[in-house]
This record gives sequence, C-alpha cells and structure tokens, in this order.
Amino acid sequence: MASTTPTDLPPAPPARPGKSASTGRAGDKIFLGLSRGSGILLLVIMASIAGFLAYRSVIAISQDEGNFLTTFDWNPAGDPPVFGIAVLLFGTVVSSLVAMVIAVPIAVGIALFISHYAPRRLAAPLAYVVDLLAAVPSIIYGIWGALFLVPYLEGLNLWLDEFFAWTYIFDKTEVGVARSLFTVGVLLAIMILPIVTSVSREVFLQVPRMNEEAALALGATRWEVIRMSVLPFGRSGVISASMLGLGRALGETMAVATVLSPSFVISLHLLDPGGGTFAQNIAAKFDEANELGRDALIASGLVLFILTLLVNGAARLIIARRKEYSGANA
Amino acid sequence: MSQTAVQVPPTPSPPTPPSTLSGRSLPRWAPLGFAAAAIALGCGLGAVAGWHSKTQWGLLSALFFVLISYTVTSTVENKRQAKDRLATSVVWVCFILAVVPLFSLIWVTVSRGLKVLDGYFLTHSMAGVPGFETGGGVYHAIIGTLEQVGLATVISVPIGLLTAIYLVEYGRGALAKAVTFFVDVMTGIPSIVAGLFLLSIMLMFELSPSGLMGALALAILMIPVVVRSTEEMLKLVPNELREASLALGVPKWRTILKVVIPTALGGITTGVMLAVARIAGETAPIMLLVFGSQLINANPFEGAQSSLPFYIWEQYRVGSEASYDRAWAAALVLIAFVMLLNLVARGIARWKAPKTGR
Repeated sequence: MASTTPTDLPPAPPARPGKSASTGRAGDKIFLGLSRGSGILLLVIMASIAGFLAYRSVIAISQDEGNFLTTFDWNPAGDPPVFGIAVLLFGTVVSSLVAMVIAVPIAVGIALFISHYAPRRLAAPLAYVVDLLAAVPSIIYGIWGALFLVPYLEGLNLWLDEFFAWTYIFDKTEVGVARSLFTVGVLLAIMILPIVTSVSREVFLQVPRMNEEAALALGATRWEVIRMSVLPFGRSGVISASMLGLGRALGETMAVATVLSPSFVISLHLLDPGGGTFAQNIAAKFDEANELGRDALIASGLVLFILTLLVNGAARLIIARRKEYSGANA
Repeated sequence: MSQTAVQVPPTPSPPTPPSTLSGRSLPRWAPLGFAAAAIALGCGLGAVAGWHSKTQWGLLSALFFVLISYTVTSTVENKRQAKDRLATSVVWVCFILAVVPLFSLIWVTVSRGLKVLDGYFLTHSMAGVPGFETGGGVYHAIIGTLEQVGLATVISVPIGLLTAIYLVEYGRGALAKAVTFFVDVMTGIPSIVAGLFLLSIMLMFELSPSGLMGALALAILMIPVVVRSTEEMLKLVPNELREASLALGVPKWRTILKVVIPTALGGITTGVMLAVARIAGETAPIMLLVFGSQLINANPFEGAQSSLPFYIWEQYRVGSEASYDRAWAAALVLIAFVMLLNLVARGIARWKAPKTGR
C-alpha cells in the first residue's frame, strides 16, 4: 500500500523496495509454486500410472506359462497359469473399427447439418441435444443396448446375413442372439457420435467465411461449397476428431460388458456372438480373479493404456499442428 | 458517368440461354413430400415382408428418402441440383439417425424406470432383499455416489484450478507445453485404466477397498476435464482487466484471485458441474475399488460402498425381471441427476457468460 502513494510523475522513485512490494513477491512465489506444483503433480500422476501398471504387469507376465501376446486363453487361476491378449486385442480393435466406420460419416453429416444446413435458430438447441448424448452414463447405454438394442438388431443381423453373407464378415455361422462384436460396434458408434460431432463442428465453423462466399458467388450449390471449401479445410480436424472417438471406443467398459457374450475365439464373422475386449474382460473376470488373476488383468490394462495413449496423443498432435498454421485458436 | 456508359452495352443482349435461374425447380415443400413417400414405402415394404424389427423399417425409409430425392431432382432439375439435394438429404438422415437413439434411450429408461420408482425405492437399501425378488431400493447407492463424487470433486477442483491458472497465467516453456499435452492425453484415459492404477496401488500397500479409493480414481478422470474448461474460461478474461489491476500495483497473485477468477467464476462453475456429471456415471473404477455393498455405509473412508452406476450393473447381472426393473429405476435416478447437473451448469454458463468485450 505504501508504494501506491499518489505522488505526481516527476518524483516517482519506484526503486525503493517498499514493504508491501516484498510481501507481494512472496505471495507471488507461493502462488506460482502452488500452481506449478499442481501442474507437475499431473505429470507425476501420468508417470505413476504407467509405472505402477508396468510393475504389476511384469509380476504377472513372469508367471505366465503361455505367450502373453499370442495365447488364445485367459486362465490365470489354472495350474500352469496361462493367459494372453490376442483375442482381446483383436476384439477391441475390431469393435472400435466397426464403431468408427459407422460413426464417422454420420458424425460428419451431423456436424455439417448443425454448421451449414440446420435453420439458424435451431442450430444451437440441436447441438445441445447431441451433446446430451455424451452426458448419458455408459452403464445406461449398456443396459439399453443389452435389453433393448440387441433384440431390435436381430432382424438387421439376419438381413445382413441373408444378402451380404458373401462378404465373409457378415456371414452368420452361429444361431443366437445378436450379442456380437457388430452389435457392440453399433452401440459404441452411438456413444462416440457426440465427441466426433462436436470437434468436427468446431472445425467446420472455423472455415473462413470468405472462402464459402467466394464459392457461392461463383454459382456453386451448397454441396459444392461444402466439397470445395469446407471439407478440405476441415479434413485434419475430422481425422483428429475421429481418433479421439476411437480412443474413447477402445476403452469403453460397461457398454461392452453388458452387451457382448464373450468367448475366447478370434473370428471375423462379426455377427457371431463371441470375442472380447480388454475393458470388457477386466470387468467380467475381476470378481473371480485371484492375486495373479488381478495382476494379469492389470497387464492387459497396461496394453489398453498404451493403445489409448498412442491414439489420443496422435490425435492431439494433429490438432496442435493444425492450430499452428491456421491461426485459429480454440 | 463512365460507369453507366459501360454498363449499358451488355443489357441489350438478353436471353441467350434461358439460364438456370428460371429453370424448372421443385417447390419448397418437395423434401417433405419425399420424406412422406419414403416413410410410406419403407413401412409398407417392411409390413409386407413381415419384418419385426422396426430398425429395418426406419433404415429402409431413410434409404428410400435419399434415393427418391436424388432421382426426382435429377429428372426435374439438373445433375448439380440433384447432387446438392442428395447431400442435403443424406445430412438430414444422419441427424435423424443420431437423434433416434437418444430419444429411444430416454423413453425406455423413463417408461421402464417409473415401474418401481417411488418413495420406498429411494429411501431403502437392498439389505436382506434377495436379488431375484421384488422390493429393496437405492438409498445406499445414492449415498455412495454422493460421497464418492463429493470427495473426488474436493480433491480435483483445487488441483485442476491451480493447473489451469499455471497454464494461462504463468505457463511458458517446456513444462507448460508438457502439461498441456498430457492434460489432453489424460482426458482420454479409459476409466477402467484409472481404476486399475489405484488397484495396483491398493495391492502394493495392501489397502482395503473403500469409497475413498473410488473417489481417487474418479478424481484422476475429473482433473483433466476441470483443467480444460477452466483454461478456456480464464483465456476469455480480457487482458485489460489484468493490466488495469497490475497497473494499480496489485501483486499478480491477488490479481488472479480477486480479478481474474471472479470474472470467470460462472464458466468455471459450469465446467466443474459438467465434470461432476461425467464422473457420476462411471462404473468401472467403482467396481474395482469400492466393491459394492447391499448395506448402507455412510463412511467413505472404510469398508465397501455402493454407487448408482454400480448398482445398475449389479442388478443387471442378477438377471431377473425384478432386478431389471430396479436397474431401470436406478438408471432413471442417475439420468435425472446427470441431466439436472447439465441443465443447471448450462444455465449458469448462459447467465454468467463472461463479457468478452466484443
């Protein structure tokens, strides 16, 4: 307070280290320390997640009598404990890919709808409705999927089998309810729609107005405007949005655990019940797991962690690079 | 003068081609007509072929809509207009495809959940109720959810706020870049991995499951969300405010506490509430770390607890008609809680939107 004496310009001697200035500096130091400390704490948490998971995984894998990467079995309680992630890796990747194939085009469509097609007054509420999809907890998607979606998809599954069996992947070789990787993919697609939509929408809204107006002035239809100026501009944004969605689909637990009827086989017949994903396997096997069983599940969790880390990191790098040259800040 | 002189000559060459401006075009209500026709066709065919699944009826109608609008437009108008119409109808179909599941989900949850949802259900636990029989309630689960989410919020809000302040007000250089990147990556950590992390700590130090462990896992999921939203809000605070305060000789930390944060408080609150809404529905960490219980345990620091999402999962697994009813009712309670948080949060966001000076 002493340093803020209302003196005039000429005799301004701010070099005198007033008492309050020094306390201010001490406060600044503490505050900076606290905020930098919590930043560092975040890094420490990330590092220790990797560290702890890796430590327990080493314990588990050293006792594994099978090959951790190629064994088609999960039996850590057996006499020679045998477990491997081959089926889980396959199921996780395939169900997420199915989800991506369904969700990304639809999400781009919705994003375009909200940014370019919807009546102006409706756009904001519609965007909000799509965001609400993201707010629904995954366990509710799970029971909705298991008790409601599965029976409704049976007809579609039979139809796909009837007309597209020649594609091999839609060939349904087992009779049974639609608790298959395909159904899981459909459910995951619904769940990742909001994130892909909202990121793509942001990008589409950043397209320079001038580009669009120039195209319109040349007589382009709305679709031509989108194809010539919006989509090229938004391509990298859409790619990173879909990778964010992929990251979410890879780690989804409860929705998969409720819908899928798991089995330890690898089959490209997407409509057959069976298969498994990392997260689903953890949820399903955790209750009966012994000491080694838990460590084995942690080991599979580590693989999942690395997988999502790579996908998310790549997505963020693409976004960051794009930001640099487009000058558009979030 | 010269301009008018230049403009006159072109006008006397009037209609060489009748130009597409006055070409044949469909009336404005055409898309509605297409939609009606497509739905009629789709449902008609579905009924004739005897398909039970309404999903197929819908998908077929959507397909017909796209096809009809393309063919009609390309015959009446021209190829380019037809393509434009095709894109428009595809985009509309996409949007409807996304909205249908949302409404279906909410409709199913509400209609099935209301069956057993009443005062008794909200005020009783599952103590002594066999899973396959009717009766019992969610009281213990509500208590568990509130306590775990509350603890997670208490842990993660200060850390998240301070990190965001560091990134916006102080952050330069490699550390800030690393923190930004890892906050983004952390947003994508699957909830089950966060659960496994604390599980491995629990195994290492031989801790027993409790609400606190679950809350810690939830906090890991919540921190990055809080950081991101707070960061966005702090960035919106105009620099003039900071400069004015600093120019008056106020130390930087007081500027942040007394000027920057109050200005952004509405947005920060919104962000925190959205983050709470997100973690309130997490099941996986609770399953691994809190174990679930049929009894009321109001102490989050000791012993197993339940939580709403975990309760749903538990009841779903029992697999009887009565337990499904309970699962839906609990789902309704959870959805109502989450949606309420969302609505209030957005209300605050609108009400307290920071003045960006534009």
